[in-house]
Amino acid sequence: MQAKQSINDFVIKFANVNGTGSASANSMFAKAIFRMGIPVSPRNIFPSNIQGMPTWYEVRVSQDGYLGRRGGIDIMVCVNPQSIKRDVAEVESGGYFIYDSTKPLDLRLVRKDINYIGIPLTDICLREYTDARQRLLFKNVIYVGALSALLNIEFNVLKDLVGDQFKGKEKLITPNIYALELGHQYASTHFDCPIGIHLERGHKTAKHIEDFDNILMDGNTAAALGAVYAGATVAAWYPITPSTSVVDAFDKYCRRLRIDPGTGKKNYAIVQAEDELSAMGMVIGANWNGARAFTATSGPGVSLMSEFLGLAYFAEVPVVLIDVQRAGPSTGMPTRTQQSDVLMAAYASHGDTKHVLLFPATPAECFSMTLESFDLAERLQTPIIIMSDLDLGMNEWMSPPLEFDDNFRYDRGKVLSADDLDQMETRFGRYSDVDGDGIPYRTYPGVHPEKGAYFTRGTSKDEYAAYTEDGAEYVRNMDRLLKKFETAKAIVPEPKIKQSAMETRYGAVFFGTTASPAYEAIEILEKEGIDLDTLRIRSFPFNFEVEQFILDHDRIFIIEQNRDGQMRRLLLNETSVPAKEKLIPILEYDGLPVTARKIAGMIRNYITHGNVTPLTRRAAPEEVTT
Amino acid sequence: MTFVKPAFRHPDAPVNELGRTRQDYEGGLSTLCAGCGHDSISAAIIDACFELNIEPHKVAKLSGIGCSSKTPAYFLSGSHSFNSVHGRMPSVATGANLANRDLIYVGISGDGDTASIGLGQFAHVVRRNLNMTYIVENNGCYGLTKGQDSATMDTGSPNKKGDINLYSPIDLARLAIEVGATFVGRSFSGDKQQLIPLIKAAISHRGFALLDVISPCVTFNNHSESTKSYEHVRNANTDMPVDFVPMRQEITATYDSGATCEVCMHDGSVVRLYKQDNDYDIEDRQSALEATSHYTKEGKILTGLLYIQRDSEELHDVLGTARRPLNSMDEKQLCPGSRFLDSINAGLR
Repeated sequence: MQAKQSINDFVIKFANVNGTGSASANSMFAKAIFRMGIPVSPRNIFPSNIQGMPTWYEVRVSQDGYLGRRGGIDIMVCVNPQSIKRDVAEVESGGYFIYDSTKPLDLRLVRKDINYIGIPLTDICLREYTDARQRLLFKNVIYVGALSALLNIEFNVLKDLVGDQFKGKEKLITPNIYALELGHQYASTHFDCPIGIHLERGHKTAKHIEDFDNILMDGNTAAALGAVYAGATVAAWYPITPSTSVVDAFDKYCRRLRIDPGTGKKNYAIVQAEDELSAMGMVIGANWNGARAFTATSGPGVSLMSEFLGLAYFAEVPVVLIDVQRAGPSTGMPTRTQQSDVLMAAYASHGDTKHVLLFPATPAECFSMTLESFDLAERLQTPIIIMSDLDLGMNEWMSPPLEFDDNFRYDRGKVLSADDLDQMETRFGRYSDVDGDGIPYRTYPGVHPEKGAYFTRGTSKDEYAAYTEDGAEYVRNMDRLLKKFETAKAIVPEPKIKQSAMETRYGAVFFGTTASPAYEAIEILEKEGIDLDTLRIRSFPFNFEVEQFILDHDRIFIIEQNRDGQMRRLLLNETSVPAKEKLIPILEYDGLPVTARKIAGMIRNYITHGNVTPLTRRAAPEEVTT
Repeated sequence: MTFVKPAFRHPDAPVNELGRTRQDYEGGLSTLCAGCGHDSISAAIIDACFELNIEPHKVAKLSGIGCSSKTPAYFLSGSHSFNSVHGRMPSVATGANLANRDLIYVGISGDGDTASIGLGQFAHVVRRNLNMTYIVENNGCYGLTKGQDSATMDTGSPNKKGDINLYSPIDLARLAIEVGATFVGRSFSGDKQQLIPLIKAAISHRGFALLDVISPCVTFNNHSESTKSYEHVRNANTDMPVDFVPMRQEITATYDSGATCEVCMHDGSVVRLYKQDNDYDIEDRQSALEATSHYTKEGKILTGLLYIQRDSEELHDVLGTARRPLNSMDEKQLCPGSRFLDSINAGLR
């Protein structure tokens, strides 16, 4: 049997029992690789459970800097007898299966085409520790130690990480390093280390990562920091996976950054509401009253917030909503990822409503888009929904560092001060289109003793906010809202377009976390002579460039992670696409982040079996950066 | 608006300490049915704000959906107002209050809006002790959809079609006392003498103040057998008259000391009330619950200030928010700047 050989390019997966502390050990493993200067992307594939069910952790190591899932497993570290059968089956031919050899392996689990590495983890723990909890926790650290020998992880890097992790709890450092040493020692004395698949400190800049200024962080924390920097003062929320860590992180940073030094009082307020409806109501109330407020939720929460989103749209109250999508419908798969809230978010609520959506693809964008969303919400006086997902929100991603320009000033939109009201020659009309862009002027409650008060309502109103059932007035207001949506097209983030080196009639459109594996798939196809231009959507309403891209190509693959091709439908609905057949759905919706191989396979299949002749290769493509 | 109020102002109209007339506290012309109890409540709010010398623009009016929730259009036209969605006014009021703690928040709701669709939000705004006045205009029915039973309709009370309500009623005042309200009053839209001082006291209270005001629906629930009709409430009303003496004002009136009770509020104002019996301690939750249930069993309705907790922590105290309104802060207070972000980045490498 030929054992796989590869340096800095493989996929390793850990099979653990949920609630045993494995995620923090696995995360330390990934971070060590990151600190060695090698691009890495870890993913926690966890159950909706607190303790006892199988859980996995997949780490992609890619010298080229591909951060999406590749597909296939080269090394399996199996610490969970519950899932061992399927874990063995998942390893690619020539790969490695690392397992707890305290008990001999069931002969039915022995494959001839993979390599087995047995480490008696339970035995070592029984020998070294008396406490049951310690036996459980250190087992994870021991296998990380063993991997450091097998895969050639620099031991000092791991030691530093232990030091960082237990800063403030110094007495835990020595026992953890000891556990790492136990594993390292066992592996290096029993096996020929390193094995064929291993790591070498990164020497050159990876193709897809600009330089090693990169950080490793999760999207939810980045979004929370965006809200801190944007000056959000009110957060109202209801706990729901996978969005909970957004408000947790907001809370953490506010405790550090938003305490008034003189009084010790808080320059922010966080309320855990009784449900998502209430959370959205509080956000609307606070924004109406001139504070920047936001909430974070997932699909089920957006369903509940829909009525309020309609109110905010129609009454023109700014809202920032972070939707960390998970697999639906209904409760669906709460700990699995998907991009299946697109249509619901775009049209949330009854009546004619449309909402502005932003689609971040990296933690840096979670930060910058959340920061920007508060300006957009106040400039447009409407809800802005940030469409993150579980994969981006809860996993650690290598990302360019977060950036902030100290000259940045909040744009609070069209708000009239008491002076403005005094100087006005005409009567203040809350819903008058003074500037011709569909965006009216508003006032904060209490601004002026005599002027500026108006009645905010979800019922139809005239330009002065008075109730009306006059059809013409109603139509005028609805049309102005549409004009405002047109105005939005020019100020929401523009798409990222990449031209293929070859002229091509094919295009690929994607957004959010589909981008990484999609870019990789495009390169796989390019090597096979199939060239595609790409466009990464970053916002809705669709900018002019999106429409032009569709017009410029004969066939456009819309790659997304849902069953119904929701972005494709939105494009058909909201652009002047001449033919439905032009947009080809490329869909993955099993709840795990889509892989580059899968995307490449589906597009290849369409092109080679779909009576479409690929263009022949003429020149080598230039380097593409994500 | 189809209806326009005359702008005529009597030159000799009395003015308050701010130099404003009562008319300055009025709103648009009501579009409710003639004789609706809700209009009397709007009038009482106007009187209370006028007499309390409140600047109208310092008030934010909030409501849900229903006949009651339309009424913020009929008083204090100088105030901002937010007519939100059905049963969700408490959350909008909470957010608004978090943004600016310096305004006076008056929420108007009905029995459908509060006791049915909004019961969850109501219970939670009570337990958070949000600093607001929450008035339920309680008529036991859904007026705007033509008279369906509401959750406050008494068992055995027939609706206009003659169907007897067999479900048990929700007593919002008792519920509020149970879940931690710090000011609970009950009144009757037809009793201005009691209602105006109660509204004044509720507005002056620091924390959540509920006023459950029985307000007959003249169109759908004012027939002789209804327990929410003018006639029934007038007969069954066991009222504890209330006086409100704003802070710094000399207490002049004399009362029979045996039956009066004076409660000094946080700002120095005094609520004085006549109690029906001396065993009832309005500063004791249990006693308040027992008293209301005692009168209900006798087929009577106890009105007045039912319960008050003078010193309590309102939501801002619990959260520890800054004294300065959050909506007045800018980059200087709120934005940590690029240097801190650099340190964040460094910690993530």
